[in-house]
Amino acid sequence: MSQETMRIQKMSAHAGAIPGEDTQRTYVVSKLIDTTTCIGCKACEVACMEWNDLPFGETVFDNTYQTMPETRWNYWNLILFNEHEREDGSLQWLMRKNQCMHCADPGCLAACPSDGAIIQYANGIVDFQQANCIGCGYCITGCPFNIPKFNPQTKRVYKCTLCADRVGEGLEPACIKACPTGCLHFGSKDDMKDLAEKRATQLRDHYNFPNAGVYDPAGVGGTGVMYILHDATKPELYGGLPKDPQIPLMVKLWKGPIKWLGNIAMIGGLIGLFIHYLRFGPKDREDQDIREQIALAQEKAAKAAKEKNEEEHP
Amino acid sequence: MSQPDLLLPHGRILRYHFHERLTHWVAAGSFIYLMLTGLAFWSPWLFWLALVFGGPQISRTLHPWAGLVFFFAVSYMYAMWSAQMYSTENDKEWWKNIEHYTKNEDDRMPPVGRYNPGQKLLFWGFVFCGLLLLASGVVLWFPEYIPWNLRLLRYAAVIVHPGAALLSIGLFMIHIYMSVFAERGAFGSVIRGDVSVEFAKRYHPIWYKEVVGDSTNPPK
Ligand code: HEM
Ligand code: SF4
Repeated sequence: MSQETMRIQKMSAHAGAIPGEDTQRTYVVSKLIDTTTCIGCKACEVACMEWNDLPFGETVFDNTYQTMPETRWNYWNLILFNEHEREDGSLQWLMRKNQCMHCADPGCLAACPSDGAIIQYANGIVDFQQANCIGCGYCITGCPFNIPKFNPQTKRVYKCTLCADRVGEGLEPACIKACPTGCLHFGSKDDMKDLAEKRATQLRDHYNFPNAGVYDPAGVGGTGVMYILHDATKPELYGGLPKDPQIPLMVKLWKGPIKWLGNIAMIGGLIGLFIHYLRFGPKDREDQDIREQIALAQEKAAKAAKEKNEEEHP
Repeated sequence: MSQPDLLLPHGRILRYHFHERLTHWVAAGSFIYLMLTGLAFWSPWLFWLALVFGGPQISRTLHPWAGLVFFFAVSYMYAMWSAQMYSTENDKEWWKNIEHYTKNEDDRMPPVGRYNPGQKLLFWGFVFCGLLLLASGVVLWFPEYIPWNLRLLRYAAVIVHPGAALLSIGLFMIHIYMSVFAERGAFGSVIRGDVSVEFAKRYHPIWYKEVVGDSTNPPK
Protein backbone atom coordinates (compact mmCIF):
# COMPACT_ATOMS: atom_id res chain seq x y z
CA MET A 1 0.00 0.00 0.00
CA SER A 2 2.54 2.55 -0.96
CA GLN A 3 3.94 4.31 -4.00
CA GLU A 4 2.90 1.77 -6.56
CA THR A 5 -0.71 2.09 -5.43
CA MET A 6 -0.62 5.72 -6.61
CA ARG A 7 -0.67 4.80 -10.26
CA ILE A 8 -3.39 6.67 -12.08
CA GLN A 9 -6.05 4.34 -13.45
CA LYS A 10 -8.87 6.72 -14.43
CA MET A 11 -8.77 10.36 -15.47
CA SER A 12 -11.50 12.89 -16.21
CA ALA A 13 -12.06 14.09 -19.77
CA HIS A 14 -8.86 12.55 -21.02
CA ALA A 15 -8.45 11.83 -24.72
CA GLY A 16 -6.34 8.73 -25.21
CA ALA A 17 -4.58 6.24 -23.00
CA ILE A 18 -4.44 6.61 -19.21
CA PRO A 19 -0.88 6.35 -17.86
CA GLY A 20 -0.74 3.42 -15.48
CA GLU A 21 -4.10 1.91 -16.40
CA ASP A 22 -4.09 -1.83 -15.67
CA THR A 23 -0.30 -1.98 -15.51
CA GLN A 24 -0.33 -3.78 -12.23
CA ARG A 25 -2.72 -5.46 -9.86
CA THR A 26 -2.61 -3.81 -6.47
CA TYR A 27 -4.67 -3.58 -3.37
CA VAL A 28 -7.72 -1.38 -3.54
CA VAL A 29 -7.83 0.43 -0.22
CA SER A 30 -10.88 1.16 1.86
CA LYS A 31 -11.94 2.95 4.99
CA LEU A 32 -14.39 1.14 7.22
CA ILE A 33 -16.55 3.21 9.56
CA ASP A 34 -18.37 1.44 12.34
CA THR A 35 -21.25 3.78 13.20
CA THR A 36 -22.16 1.56 16.14
CA THR A 37 -19.02 2.50 18.04
CA CYS A 38 -18.66 6.13 16.96
CA ILE A 39 -19.16 8.47 19.92
CA GLY A 40 -19.24 11.68 17.85
CA CYS A 41 -16.10 13.12 19.47
CA LYS A 42 -14.96 14.95 16.26
CA ALA A 43 -11.32 13.93 16.67
CA CYS A 44 -11.41 12.90 13.00
CA GLU A 45 -12.77 16.32 11.98
CA VAL A 46 -9.87 18.04 13.72
CA ALA A 47 -7.27 15.58 12.42
CA CYS A 48 -8.54 16.14 8.87
CA MET A 49 -8.19 19.91 9.14
CA GLU A 50 -4.77 19.60 10.74
CA TRP A 51 -3.24 17.19 8.27
CA ASN A 52 -4.71 18.86 5.20
CA ASP A 53 -3.87 22.32 6.52
CA LEU A 54 -7.39 23.60 5.97
CA PRO A 55 -8.24 27.13 7.15
CA PHE A 56 -10.79 27.12 9.93
CA GLY A 57 -14.30 28.37 9.16
CA GLU A 58 -17.18 29.28 11.44
CA THR A 59 -19.18 26.48 12.98
CA VAL A 60 -22.97 26.53 13.15
CA PHE A 61 -24.68 25.49 16.39
CA ASP A 62 -28.15 24.05 15.87
CA ASN A 63 -28.77 22.34 19.20
CA THR A 64 -27.33 19.05 18.01
CA TYR A 65 -23.95 17.39 18.17
CA GLN A 66 -23.11 18.43 14.63
CA THR A 67 -20.45 21.00 13.76
CA MET A 68 -22.17 22.51 10.69
CA PRO A 69 -24.99 21.60 8.29
CA GLU A 70 -22.84 20.05 5.55
CA THR A 71 -19.23 19.60 4.48
CA ARG A 72 -17.47 22.63 3.02
CA TRP A 73 -14.59 23.22 0.63
CA ASN A 74 -12.39 23.58 3.73
CA TYR A 75 -14.20 21.04 5.94
CA TRP A 76 -14.05 17.61 4.34
CA ASN A 77 -14.93 15.42 7.28
CA LEU A 78 -18.18 15.99 9.18
CA ILE A 79 -19.93 13.87 11.78
CA LEU A 80 -23.64 13.96 10.94
CA PHE A 81 -25.92 13.63 13.94
CA ASN A 82 -29.46 12.30 14.13
CA GLU A 83 -31.60 11.67 17.20
CA HIS A 84 -33.73 8.77 16.09
CA GLU A 85 -36.78 7.49 17.94
CA ARG A 86 -37.23 3.79 17.48
CA GLU A 87 -40.57 2.01 17.28
CA ASP A 88 -40.37 0.94 20.92
CA GLY A 89 -39.99 4.61 21.91
CA SER A 90 -36.33 4.38 22.82
CA LEU A 91 -33.88 6.95 21.52
CA GLN A 92 -30.83 6.35 19.41
CA TRP A 93 -28.07 8.83 18.66
CA LEU A 94 -26.85 8.05 15.20
CA MET A 95 -23.45 9.43 14.26
CA ARG A 96 -22.10 9.10 10.75
CA LYS A 97 -18.73 10.33 9.65
CA ASN A 98 -19.50 11.95 6.30
CA GLN A 99 -16.81 12.51 3.68
CA CYS A 100 -16.05 11.55 0.09
CA MET A 101 -17.05 7.93 -0.49
CA HIS A 102 -14.35 7.28 -3.13
CA CYS A 103 -16.75 5.43 -5.44
CA ALA A 104 -15.27 2.78 -7.71
CA ASP A 105 -17.42 4.36 -10.43
CA PRO A 106 -17.19 8.06 -9.55
CA GLY A 107 -19.93 10.40 -10.82
CA CYS A 108 -17.73 13.47 -10.35
CA LEU A 109 -15.07 12.01 -12.62
CA ALA A 110 -17.62 11.03 -15.26
CA ALA A 111 -19.05 14.56 -15.28
CA CYS A 112 -15.78 16.53 -15.22
CA PRO A 113 -14.87 18.21 -18.55
CA SER A 114 -11.29 19.12 -17.66
CA ASP A 115 -8.42 16.83 -18.63
CA GLY A 116 -6.95 15.31 -15.50
CA ALA A 117 -8.83 17.48 -12.95
CA ILE A 118 -10.17 14.33 -11.28
CA ILE A 119 -8.17 11.13 -11.20
CA GLN A 120 -8.57 7.73 -9.63
CA TYR A 121 -5.48 5.90 -8.48
CA ALA A 122 -5.02 2.17 -8.81
CA ASN A 123 -5.72 1.93 -5.08
CA GLY A 124 -9.20 3.35 -5.72
CA ILE A 125 -8.68 6.81 -4.23
CA VAL A 126 -10.51 9.53 -6.18
CA ASP A 127 -8.46 12.71 -6.05
CA PHE A 128 -9.07 16.24 -7.36
CA GLN A 129 -6.11 17.95 -9.03
CA GLN A 130 -6.92 21.60 -8.40
CA ALA A 131 -4.24 22.75 -10.86
CA ASN A 132 -6.37 21.31 -13.67
CA CYS A 133 -9.77 22.27 -12.25
CA ILE A 134 -11.69 24.94 -14.15
CA GLY A 135 -14.32 25.44 -11.46
CA CYS A 136 -17.29 24.53 -13.63
CA GLY A 137 -18.93 22.51 -10.85
CA TYR A 138 -19.98 19.64 -13.12
CA CYS A 139 -18.56 17.32 -10.42
CA ILE A 140 -21.09 18.76 -7.96
CA THR A 141 -23.83 17.68 -10.35
CA GLY A 142 -22.31 14.25 -10.94
CA CYS A 143 -21.87 13.34 -7.26
CA PRO A 144 -24.71 11.36 -5.65
CA PHE A 145 -23.40 12.18 -2.13
CA ASN A 146 -23.18 16.01 -2.27
CA ILE A 147 -19.45 16.03 -1.55
CA PRO A 148 -17.44 18.29 -3.92
CA LYS A 149 -17.51 21.90 -2.70
CA PHE A 150 -16.62 25.08 -4.58
CA ASN A 151 -14.20 27.67 -3.19
CA PRO A 152 -15.27 31.07 -4.55
CA GLN A 153 -11.82 32.57 -3.88
CA THR A 154 -9.75 30.09 -5.85
CA LYS A 155 -12.67 29.10 -8.13
CA ARG A 156 -11.71 25.43 -7.73
CA VAL A 157 -13.44 22.50 -6.13
CA TYR A 158 -12.18 20.54 -3.10
CA LYS A 159 -13.01 17.38 -1.17
CA CYS A 160 -11.53 14.61 0.96
CA THR A 161 -8.46 13.04 -0.67
CA LEU A 162 -8.57 9.95 1.53
CA CYS A 163 -5.18 11.36 2.55
CA ALA A 164 -3.70 10.10 -0.73
CA ASP A 165 -0.41 11.72 0.32
CA ARG A 166 -0.30 9.61 3.49
CA VAL A 167 -1.55 6.42 1.85
CA GLY A 168 1.12 6.79 -0.83
CA GLU A 169 3.72 6.66 1.95
CA GLY A 170 2.17 3.60 3.54
CA LEU A 171 0.33 5.49 6.29
CA GLU A 172 -3.35 5.40 7.18
CA PRO A 173 -5.52 8.51 6.64
CA ALA A 174 -5.34 11.15 9.39
CA CYS A 175 -8.92 10.56 10.56
CA ILE A 176 -8.20 6.88 11.14
CA LYS A 177 -5.14 7.69 13.17
CA ALA A 178 -7.05 10.11 15.40
CA CYS A 179 -10.08 7.96 16.23
CA PRO A 180 -10.06 7.12 19.96
CA THR A 181 -12.66 4.35 19.91
CA GLY A 182 -11.28 2.33 17.04
CA CYS A 183 -14.49 2.71 15.08
CA LEU A 184 -12.44 3.71 12.04
CA HIS A 185 -10.47 1.05 10.18
CA PHE A 186 -8.28 1.20 7.13
CA GLY A 187 -6.80 -1.48 4.92
CA SER A 188 -7.34 -3.36 1.70
CA LYS A 189 -10.92 -3.42 0.49
CA ASP A 190 -11.08 -7.21 0.81
CA ASP A 191 -9.85 -7.16 4.40
CA MET A 192 -12.25 -4.37 5.31
CA LYS A 193 -15.19 -6.20 3.77
CA ASP A 194 -14.29 -9.25 5.80
CA LEU A 195 -14.04 -7.26 8.98
CA ALA A 196 -17.30 -5.45 8.24
CA GLU A 197 -19.22 -8.68 7.67
CA LYS A 198 -17.86 -10.15 10.92
CA ARG A 199 -18.94 -7.09 12.87
CA ALA A 200 -22.38 -7.04 11.24
CA THR A 201 -22.86 -10.71 12.12
CA GLN A 202 -21.84 -9.95 15.68
CA LEU A 203 -24.36 -7.09 15.85
CA ARG A 204 -27.12 -9.29 14.48
CA ASP A 205 -26.38 -12.33 16.62
CA HIS A 206 -25.32 -10.82 19.92
CA TYR A 207 -26.47 -7.21 20.14
CA ASN A 208 -30.07 -7.39 19.05
CA PHE A 209 -29.68 -5.41 15.82
CA PRO A 210 -31.36 -7.85 13.44
CA ASN A 211 -31.03 -5.46 10.50
CA ALA A 212 -27.37 -4.66 11.03
CA GLY A 213 -25.37 -4.69 7.83
CA VAL A 214 -22.65 -3.24 5.66
CA TYR A 215 -23.07 -0.22 3.36
CA ASP A 216 -21.04 -0.69 0.17
CA PRO A 217 -23.52 0.43 -2.50
CA ALA A 218 -23.34 -1.45 -5.80
CA GLY A 219 -24.92 1.40 -7.81
CA VAL A 220 -21.61 3.25 -7.84
CA GLY A 221 -19.52 0.10 -8.16
CA GLY A 222 -18.93 -0.11 -4.41
CA THR A 223 -17.21 2.55 -2.35
CA GLY A 224 -13.78 3.13 -0.89
CA VAL A 225 -15.52 4.10 2.34
CA MET A 226 -17.84 1.51 3.86
CA TYR A 227 -20.17 1.78 6.83
CA ILE A 228 -21.41 -0.69 9.38
CA LEU A 229 -24.97 0.37 10.23
CA HIS A 230 -27.24 -0.79 13.09
CA ASP A 231 -30.04 -0.80 10.52
CA ALA A 232 -28.77 -1.27 6.98
CA THR A 233 -32.34 -1.21 5.64
CA LYS A 234 -32.68 2.48 6.56
CA PRO A 235 -29.44 4.22 5.62
CA GLU A 236 -31.39 7.49 5.21
CA LEU A 237 -31.54 7.78 9.01
CA TYR A 238 -27.81 8.35 9.04
CA GLY A 239 -27.77 11.94 7.85
CA GLY A 240 -29.52 11.12 4.58
CA LEU A 241 -27.21 8.39 3.34
CA PRO A 242 -28.85 7.40 0.03
CA LYS A 243 -30.23 3.87 -0.09
CA ASP A 244 -29.25 3.16 -3.67
CA PRO A 245 -26.86 5.88 -4.85
CA GLN A 246 -26.32 6.09 -8.60
CA ILE A 247 -24.67 8.53 -10.93
CA PRO A 248 -27.73 10.69 -11.78
CA LEU A 249 -29.54 9.36 -14.86
CA MET A 250 -29.35 12.77 -16.57
CA VAL A 251 -25.57 12.83 -16.10
CA LYS A 252 -25.28 9.33 -17.56
CA LEU A 253 -27.41 10.30 -20.56
CA TRP A 254 -25.46 13.54 -21.02
CA LYS A 255 -22.07 11.87 -20.96
CA GLY A 256 -23.26 8.77 -22.83
CA PRO A 257 -25.85 8.57 -25.62
CA ILE A 258 -26.40 12.33 -25.98
CA LYS A 259 -22.69 12.89 -26.47
CA TRP A 260 -22.49 10.27 -29.18
CA LEU A 261 -25.68 11.30 -30.93
CA GLY A 262 -24.54 14.92 -30.83
CA ASN A 263 -21.12 14.12 -32.25
CA ILE A 264 -22.59 11.98 -35.02
CA ALA A 265 -25.13 14.71 -35.85
CA MET A 266 -22.45 17.42 -36.03
CA ILE A 267 -20.05 15.40 -38.17
CA GLY A 268 -22.91 14.07 -40.30
CA GLY A 269 -24.19 17.60 -40.81
CA LEU A 270 -20.82 18.85 -42.00
CA ILE A 271 -20.41 15.94 -44.40
CA GLY A 272 -23.99 16.36 -45.63
CA LEU A 273 -23.51 20.04 -46.40
CA PHE A 274 -20.25 19.33 -48.18
CA ILE A 275 -21.84 16.65 -50.34
CA HIS A 276 -24.74 18.98 -51.11
CA TYR A 277 -22.26 21.58 -52.30
CA LEU A 278 -20.46 19.00 -54.45
CA ARG A 279 -23.73 17.94 -56.02
CA PHE A 280 -25.54 21.27 -56.43
CA GLY A 281 -22.94 23.97 -55.93
CA PRO A 282 -23.85 27.57 -55.28
CA LYS A 283 -27.14 29.08 -56.32
CA ASP A 284 -25.35 30.79 -59.16
CA ARG A 285 -27.15 33.06 -61.60
CA GLU A 286 -25.53 31.49 -64.62
CA ASP A 287 -26.56 27.98 -63.70
CA GLN A 288 -30.15 28.99 -63.60
CA ASP A 289 -30.05 31.12 -66.73
CA ILE A 290 -28.44 28.30 -68.60
CA ARG A 291 -31.07 25.92 -67.32
CA GLU A 292 -33.76 28.35 -68.43
CA GLN A 293 -32.13 28.71 -71.86
CA ILE A 294 -31.86 24.96 -72.22
CA ALA A 295 -35.51 24.59 -71.28
CA LEU A 296 -36.45 27.24 -73.81
CA ALA A 297 -34.34 25.63 -76.49
CA GLN A 298 -35.85 22.26 -75.73
CA GLU A 299 -39.32 23.73 -75.92
CA LYS A 300 -38.48 25.37 -79.23
CA ALA A 301 -37.04 22.15 -80.61
CA ALA A 302 -40.09 20.20 -79.51
CA LYS A 303 -42.36 22.78 -81.09
CA ALA A 304 -40.38 22.72 -84.32
CA ALA A 305 -40.45 18.94 -84.38
CA LYS A 306 -44.18 18.96 -83.83
CA GLU A 307 -44.72 21.50 -86.63
CA LYS A 308 -42.53 19.49 -88.92
CA ASN A 309 -44.45 16.38 -88.04
CA GLU A 310 -47.75 18.10 -88.75
CA GLU A 311 -46.43 19.38 -92.09
CA GLU A 312 -45.32 15.94 -93.14
CA HIS A 313 -48.46 14.14 -91.97
CA PRO A 314 -51.22 16.70 -92.23
CA MET B 1 -45.16 52.50 -51.96
CA SER B 2 -41.45 52.37 -52.57
CA GLN B 3 -38.48 52.84 -50.26
CA PRO B 4 -36.18 54.97 -52.39
CA ASP B 5 -33.81 55.60 -49.46
CA LEU B 6 -32.71 51.96 -49.82
CA LEU B 7 -31.71 52.40 -53.47
CA LEU B 8 -28.00 52.91 -53.91
CA PRO B 9 -25.94 53.77 -56.99
CA HIS B 10 -24.61 51.04 -59.31
CA GLY B 11 -27.72 48.92 -59.05
CA ARG B 12 -27.32 48.13 -55.36
CA ILE B 13 -30.04 47.92 -52.73
CA LEU B 14 -29.39 48.49 -49.04
CA ARG B 15 -30.42 45.40 -47.13
CA TYR B 16 -28.93 45.99 -43.69
CA HIS B 17 -28.35 49.32 -41.94
CA PHE B 18 -25.20 49.79 -39.91
CA HIS B 19 -26.88 49.00 -36.57
CA GLU B 20 -28.29 45.80 -38.04
CA ARG B 21 -24.89 44.71 -39.33
CA LEU B 22 -23.22 45.55 -36.02
CA THR B 23 -25.78 43.53 -34.07
CA HIS B 24 -25.31 40.65 -36.46
CA TRP B 25 -21.58 40.55 -35.84
CA VAL B 26 -21.85 40.95 -32.08
CA ALA B 27 -24.14 37.92 -32.12
CA ALA B 28 -21.93 36.02 -34.59
CA GLY B 29 -18.66 36.77 -32.77
CA SER B 30 -20.03 35.84 -29.36
CA PHE B 31 -21.71 32.74 -30.79
CA ILE B 32 -18.52 31.46 -32.39
CA TYR B 33 -16.60 32.00 -29.16
CA LEU B 34 -19.38 30.28 -27.18
CA MET B 35 -19.52 27.40 -29.61
CA LEU B 36 -15.78 26.77 -29.59
CA THR B 37 -15.27 27.12 -25.82
CA GLY B 38 -18.48 25.16 -25.22
CA LEU B 39 -17.32 22.34 -27.49
CA ALA B 40 -14.05 22.26 -25.56
CA PHE B 41 -16.03 21.28 -22.46
CA TRP B 42 -18.34 19.06 -24.41
CA SER B 43 -15.74 16.61 -25.65
CA PRO B 44 -12.31 15.60 -24.33
CA TRP B 45 -11.18 15.40 -27.94
CA LEU B 46 -11.87 19.10 -28.37
CA PHE B 47 -10.47 20.24 -25.01
CA TRP B 48 -7.48 21.77 -26.81
CA LEU B 49 -9.87 24.46 -28.09
CA ALA B 50 -9.97 25.86 -24.55
CA LEU B 51 -6.17 26.10 -24.58
CA VAL B 52 -6.31 28.01 -27.86
CA PHE B 53 -8.59 30.55 -26.18
CA GLY B 54 -6.14 31.26 -23.37
CA GLY B 55 -6.64 28.25 -21.12
CA PRO B 56 -9.57 26.32 -19.73
CA GLN B 57 -10.00 28.48 -16.61
CA ILE B 58 -10.32 31.66 -18.68
CA SER B 59 -12.68 29.93 -21.08
CA ARG B 60 -14.84 28.83 -18.18
CA THR B 61 -14.84 32.36 -16.76
CA LEU B 62 -15.62 34.16 -20.00
CA HIS B 63 -18.05 31.72 -21.61
CA PRO B 64 -21.03 32.78 -19.47
CA TRP B 65 -20.27 36.49 -19.99
CA ALA B 66 -20.05 35.97 -23.75
CA GLY B 67 -23.38 34.16 -23.34
CA LEU B 68 -24.92 37.32 -21.91
CA VAL B 69 -23.54 39.34 -24.85
CA PHE B 70 -24.99 36.79 -27.25
CA PHE B 71 -28.33 36.88 -25.53
CA PHE B 72 -28.53 40.67 -25.64
CA ALA B 73 -27.62 40.67 -29.34
CA VAL B 74 -30.36 38.12 -30.05
CA SER B 75 -32.85 40.17 -28.01
CA TYR B 76 -31.97 43.24 -30.04
CA MET B 77 -32.42 41.25 -33.24
CA TYR B 78 -35.81 40.25 -31.94
CA ALA B 79 -36.69 43.90 -31.46
CA MET B 80 -35.44 44.80 -34.96
CA TRP B 81 -36.64 41.90 -37.07
CA SER B 82 -39.34 39.84 -35.37
CA ALA B 83 -42.14 41.81 -37.07
CA GLN B 84 -40.89 40.58 -40.45
CA MET B 85 -40.43 37.02 -39.29
CA TYR B 86 -44.04 35.88 -38.87
CA SER B 87 -45.08 33.40 -41.50
CA THR B 88 -47.53 34.36 -44.23
CA GLU B 89 -50.00 32.37 -46.34
CA ASN B 90 -47.35 32.19 -49.00
CA ASP B 91 -44.96 30.29 -46.73
CA LYS B 92 -46.92 27.04 -46.90
CA GLU B 93 -46.50 27.02 -50.65
CA TRP B 94 -42.78 27.65 -50.19
CA TRP B 95 -42.34 24.72 -47.82
CA LYS B 96 -44.23 22.49 -50.25
CA ASN B 97 -41.65 23.36 -52.88
CA ILE B 98 -38.64 23.09 -50.57
CA GLU B 99 -37.20 20.34 -52.74
CA HIS B 100 -36.70 22.80 -55.61
CA TYR B 101 -35.02 25.18 -53.22
CA THR B 102 -32.51 22.55 -52.11
CA LYS B 103 -31.80 21.74 -55.76
CA ASN B 104 -31.07 25.40 -56.53
CA GLU B 105 -34.12 25.66 -58.77
CA ASP B 106 -35.04 29.01 -57.32
CA ASP B 107 -37.14 30.04 -60.29
CA ARG B 108 -39.61 27.32 -59.35
CA MET B 109 -40.11 28.77 -55.86
CA PRO B 110 -43.04 31.00 -54.99
CA PRO B 111 -41.82 34.60 -54.58
CA VAL B 112 -40.83 35.67 -51.06
CA GLY B 113 -40.41 38.98 -49.25
CA ARG B 114 -37.49 40.24 -47.21
CA TYR B 115 -37.13 36.83 -45.57
CA ASN B 116 -37.91 33.44 -46.96
CA PRO B 117 -39.58 30.90 -44.65
CA GLY B 118 -36.29 29.10 -44.09
CA GLN B 119 -34.70 32.30 -42.85
CA LYS B 120 -37.69 32.91 -40.61
CA LEU B 121 -37.35 29.46 -39.11
CA LEU B 122 -33.66 30.09 -38.51
CA PHE B 123 -34.49 33.33 -36.71
CA TRP B 124 -37.06 31.71 -34.42
CA GLY B 125 -34.71 28.79 -33.86
CA PHE B 126 -32.01 31.11 -32.60
CA VAL B 127 -34.44 33.03 -30.40
CA PHE B 128 -35.70 29.76 -28.92
CA CYS B 129 -32.19 28.34 -28.39
CA GLY B 130 -31.05 31.68 -26.96
CA LEU B 131 -33.73 31.53 -24.28
CA LEU B 132 -33.00 27.88 -23.42
CA LEU B 133 -29.25 28.49 -23.36
CA LEU B 134 -29.62 31.50 -21.10
CA ALA B 135 -31.91 29.74 -18.63
CA SER B 136 -29.80 26.57 -18.45
CA GLY B 137 -26.54 28.53 -18.68
CA VAL B 138 -27.33 30.56 -15.58
CA VAL B 139 -27.85 27.32 -13.65
CA LEU B 140 -24.50 25.99 -14.91
CA TRP B 141 -22.87 29.30 -14.06
CA PHE B 142 -23.56 29.04 -10.34
CA PRO B 143 -23.92 25.35 -9.48
CA GLU B 144 -22.59 25.95 -5.98
CA TYR B 145 -25.58 28.14 -5.11
CA ILE B 146 -28.15 25.53 -6.10
CA PRO B 147 -29.05 23.75 -2.87
CA TRP B 148 -29.00 19.97 -2.71
CA ASN B 149 -32.78 19.65 -2.70
CA LEU B 150 -33.04 21.67 -5.94
CA ARG B 151 -30.45 19.51 -7.69
CA LEU B 152 -33.02 18.56 -10.33
CA LEU B 153 -32.37 22.01 -11.78
CA ARG B 154 -28.74 21.08 -12.31
CA TYR B 155 -29.67 17.72 -13.82
CA ALA B 156 -32.01 19.51 -16.24
CA ALA B 157 -29.39 22.11 -17.13
CA VAL B 158 -26.74 19.58 -18.16
CA ILE B 159 -29.21 18.13 -20.66
CA VAL B 160 -30.90 21.32 -21.87
CA HIS B 161 -27.73 23.39 -22.32
CA PRO B 162 -25.83 21.00 -24.60
CA GLY B 163 -29.10 20.03 -26.30
CA ALA B 164 -29.94 23.63 -27.19
CA ALA B 165 -26.29 24.24 -28.07
CA LEU B 166 -26.34 21.31 -30.52
CA LEU B 167 -29.56 22.57 -32.07
CA SER B 168 -28.14 26.06 -32.48
CA ILE B 169 -24.88 24.68 -33.90
CA GLY B 170 -26.98 22.83 -36.49
CA LEU B 171 -28.79 26.06 -37.37
CA PHE B 172 -25.46 27.86 -37.44
CA MET B 173 -23.96 25.38 -39.93
CA ILE B 174 -26.91 25.71 -42.27
CA HIS B 175 -26.82 29.48 -41.88
CA ILE B 176 -23.12 29.66 -42.83
CA TYR B 177 -23.63 27.27 -45.72
CA MET B 178 -26.51 29.24 -47.18
CA SER B 179 -25.12 32.73 -46.69
CA VAL B 180 -21.46 32.15 -47.52
CA PHE B 181 -21.46 29.26 -49.97
CA ALA B 182 -24.88 28.82 -51.54
CA GLU B 183 -26.32 32.31 -52.02
CA ARG B 184 -23.39 34.24 -53.44
CA GLY B 185 -23.87 37.90 -52.58
CA ALA B 186 -25.60 37.34 -49.26
CA PHE B 187 -22.41 37.65 -47.22
CA GLY B 188 -21.79 41.16 -48.52
CA SER B 189 -25.15 42.25 -47.22
CA VAL B 190 -23.98 41.92 -43.62
CA ILE B 191 -20.56 43.44 -44.39
CA ARG B 192 -21.18 46.41 -46.69
CA GLY B 193 -24.91 46.24 -46.19
CA ASP B 194 -26.11 46.07 -49.79
CA VAL B 195 -27.06 43.47 -52.38
CA SER B 196 -27.34 43.66 -56.14
CA VAL B 197 -30.64 44.23 -57.89
CA GLU B 198 -30.26 40.77 -59.41
CA PHE B 199 -29.84 39.24 -55.96
CA ALA B 200 -32.91 41.01 -54.64
CA LYS B 201 -35.04 40.05 -57.63
CA ARG B 202 -33.88 36.48 -57.55
CA TYR B 203 -34.10 35.63 -53.85
CA HIS B 204 -36.55 38.21 -52.48
CA PRO B 205 -38.77 39.37 -55.38
CA ILE B 206 -41.60 40.67 -53.18
CA TRP B 207 -39.16 42.67 -51.10
CA TYR B 208 -37.60 43.98 -54.29
CA LYS B 209 -40.98 45.21 -55.49
CA GLU B 210 -41.61 46.81 -52.12
CA VAL B 211 -38.33 48.66 -52.33
CA VAL B 212 -38.56 49.92 -55.91
CA GLY B 213 -42.34 50.29 -55.85
CA ASP B 214 -44.04 50.61 -59.21
CA SER B 215 -41.29 52.91 -60.30
CA THR B 216 -40.81 52.62 -64.01
CA ASN B 217 -37.15 53.42 -63.70
CA PRO B 218 -35.62 50.83 -61.38
CA PRO B 219 -32.13 51.60 -60.04
CA LYS B 220 -29.32 51.44 -62.51
C1 HEM C 1 -26.89 32.44 -23.36
C2 HEM C 1 -26.09 32.45 -22.37
C3 HEM C 1 -25.13 31.33 -22.02
C4 HEM C 1 -24.68 31.09 -20.75
C5 HEM C 1 -25.01 31.91 -19.49
C6 HEM C 1 -23.84 29.92 -20.81
C7 HEM C 1 -23.20 29.35 -19.72
C8 HEM C 1 -22.54 28.15 -19.74
C9 HEM C 1 -21.87 27.58 -18.62
C10 HEM C 1 -21.79 28.20 -17.24
C11 HEM C 1 -21.33 26.39 -19.01
C12 HEM C 1 -20.50 25.46 -18.16
C13 HEM C 1 -19.06 25.50 -18.60
C14 HEM C 1 -18.51 26.88 -18.62
O1 HEM C 1 -18.78 27.66 -17.73
O2 HEM C 1 -17.78 27.21 -19.57
C15 HEM C 1 -21.65 26.20 -20.40
C16 HEM C 1 -21.30 25.11 -21.17
C17 HEM C 1 -21.53 25.00 -22.53
N1 HEM C 1 -22.07 25.97 -23.34
FE1 HEM C 1 -22.91 27.71 -22.72
N2 HEM C 1 -23.76 29.47 -22.10
C18 HEM C 1 -24.53 30.30 -22.88
C19 HEM C 1 -24.70 30.24 -24.26
C20 HEM C 1 -24.15 29.25 -25.07
C21 HEM C 1 -24.23 29.25 -26.52
C22 HEM C 1 -24.88 30.31 -27.40
C23 HEM C 1 -23.62 28.14 -26.94
C24 HEM C 1 -23.48 27.82 -28.41
C25 HEM C 1 -23.16 26.75 -28.95
C26 HEM C 1 -23.17 27.40 -25.76
C27 HEM C 1 -22.53 26.16 -25.76
C28 HEM C 1 -22.11 25.49 -24.64
C29 HEM C 1 -21.60 24.14 -24.66
C30 HEM C 1 -21.48 23.22 -25.88
C31 HEM C 1 -21.25 23.84 -23.33
C32 HEM C 1 -20.64 22.54 -22.84
C33 HEM C 1 -21.76 21.60 -22.44
C34 HEM C 1 -21.18 20.31 -21.93
O3 HEM C 1 -20.22 20.35 -21.20
O4 HEM C 1 -21.73 19.28 -22.28
N3 HEM C 1 -23.50 28.13 -24.63
N4 HEM C 1 -22.39 27.29 -20.83
S1 SF4 D 1 -15.21 21.96 -11.02
FE1 SF4 D 1 -15.25 19.73 -10.80
S2 SF4 D 1 -15.99 19.04 -12.81
FE2 SF4 D 1 -15.30 21.16 -13.12
S3 SF4 D 1 -13.14 20.97 -13.74
FE3 SF4 D 1 -13.14 21.19 -11.49
S4 SF4 D 1 -13.10 19.08 -10.75
FE4 SF4 D 1 -13.74 18.97 -12.90
